[in-house]
Amino acid sequence: MNEALRDLGEYIGLALADALIDSAAHVDELSLRVKRESIIKVLTYLRDDQNCQFKQLMDVTAVDFPDREERFEVVYNLLSLKQNQRIRVKVSTDEATPVPTAGEVYSSAFWFEREVWDMYGVFFANHPDLRRILTDYGFDGHPLRKDFPLTGYVEVRYDEDQKRVVYEPVKLTQEFRRFDFVSPWEGMLHLPGDEKADGEAEGASGGEAKS
Amino acid sequence: MAEQEIKPLTLNFGPQHPAAHGVLRLVLEMDGEIIERADPHIGLLHRGTEKLIEYKTYLQAVPYFDRLDYVAPMNQEHAFALAVEKLMGIEVPVRGQYIRVLYSEIGRILNHILNITTFAIDVGAMTPILWGFEEREKLMEFYERASGARLHAAYFRPGGVHQDLPAGLLDDIGRFCETFPTHIEHLEGLLTDNRIFRQRTVDIGVVSKQDAMDWGFSGPMVRGSGIPWDLRKSQPYECYEDLDFDIPVGKKGDCFDRYLVRVEEMRQSLSIMRQCVEKMPDGPVSVKNNKVTPPRRGEMKRSMEALIHHFKLYTEGYHVPAGETYSVVEAPKGEFGVYLVSDGGNQPYRCKIRAPGFAHLAAMDHLCRGHMLADSVAILGSMDVVFGEIDR
Repeated sequence: MNEALRDLGEYIGLALADALIDSAAHVDELSLRVKRESIIKVLTYLRDDQNCQFKQLMDVTAVDFPDREERFEVVYNLLSLKQNQRIRVKVSTDEATPVPTAGEVYSSAFWFEREVWDMYGVFFANHPDLRRILTDYGFDGHPLRKDFPLTGYVEVRYDEDQKRVVYEPVKLTQEFRRFDFVSPWEGMLHLPGDEKADGEAEGASGGEAKS
Repeated sequence: MAEQEIKPLTLNFGPQHPAAHGVLRLVLEMDGEIIERADPHIGLLHRGTEKLIEYKTYLQAVPYFDRLDYVAPMNQEHAFALAVEKLMGIEVPVRGQYIRVLYSEIGRILNHILNITTFAIDVGAMTPILWGFEEREKLMEFYERASGARLHAAYFRPGGVHQDLPAGLLDDIGRFCETFPTHIEHLEGLLTDNRIFRQRTVDIGVVSKQDAMDWGFSGPMVRGSGIPWDLRKSQPYECYEDLDFDIPVGKKGDCFDRYLVRVEEMRQSLSIMRQCVEKMPDGPVSVKNNKVTPPRRGEMKRSMEALIHHFKLYTEGYHVPAGETYSVVEAPKGEFGVYLVSDGGNQPYRCKIRAPGFAHLAAMDHLCRGHMLADSVAILGSMDVVFGEIDR
């Protein structure tokens, strides 16, 4: 991780100590996890502070982790032209809890948040125009959630008799196949039915996993 | 006579309109011929790319990127390849880097020819598109000779490029670089000093520096507003550091400035291509690690190990260490980013595609307000929108 980014991370960590949950650096990229209710404060600070100047919000997106208590992680990717740095800010939320809109800090957030709402169903409080953006008019559901099937629920076709496009439930001529490629030599620590090899097996399989 | 309230007229522009650059449906609220509000409806080309990528291995995800911005396909693949390489900690061999840069710049010229000429046709000039497409065809032939496909190349893969350039291709690209400047001059002769073109574009859709940053603009949209920002210079990737090129910037930030920036960028791209052809080093085009890149075909027929590698790569694929990255390239339209989250498996956990056109189109309402109806077409043309990448 480069020197400037580490300094910046420490600097922000001190200034925003009460809003910050933790900060992590991975492959030369700094990401901050902050409290949901202080996201506006954090973004405003990052935009206006002399040493940050993250004047551009390049992207807002979300990631779905169904196992977590608060399943969605909303991710803001910021860019500073002055400092030539990027930073990532994350907040977590669930289906019911709204996230304050970043639109008042960055105008570009309006559409990005509409997309997150459309794809994940994360609600943004105070957003002036939170309509669906990419999916069809009258679409139901949030397609990028992990529990939404890849094939969706409805399909459309042109009906010659009714002279219009009709919506029908998806009919697959072949079941959607998803192959399990986990190699039995790498993924499995115990062979099925081999109850005896409890203690020793782990040491042995560690050696094999290298191949 | 008593004053009368007139309800603003709502005008539906597109989705089947030649100036809508694909499938944009623009709902305009008009006061006479002045736009009061523009509401772009997008998503008519939404194919669920991001969802599909979550169900594919990393290698299978590559071709989806060709289908985003189908005007300059390889630039998109580049961002994905960089993201995967970053998570895996792979360094591409120098020849691979040069080939990537060479083809990125071909992509940039492909894109700018299309944009400038369709922009011209939007504001009433017919000839440029007919002249420009002949040159585009030559460039697509270079695509075809390297990758086998004119459009959907799937050529930049994590680890390098798929195969080496065939013999004689570099000479032909070098020859193209000699002849193309005259074509740029012809194009400029038709447009730059053209009175009609200037009347339609000068002082139309002015983007201030402040606005450009606030709306998350990138590429020619920020450079047209006078911000010297180009990822190839400021956050160099591949071998851009070793190459010599300039970043053109505009002064006013109107449609005409953006046009001029694109014309000059074509010249700079040509210069980069020329340097790549001259400096092209010998050596491998992709990493030698057969856990990531497939073994050569001939080898596969003889070596057992190569056959196993081939089989594993094309079924299971490779596993990318858990982590996340936001990798960007300077695509012709602006900053094209891929936010990749890996859980350590052979398929991306999440792959968000950040398309430059999306942010540009988001500002459509802001830019169009108070302009005439005909200007909205010029503004849209100068934004360089392609719906493959906006709708994903």
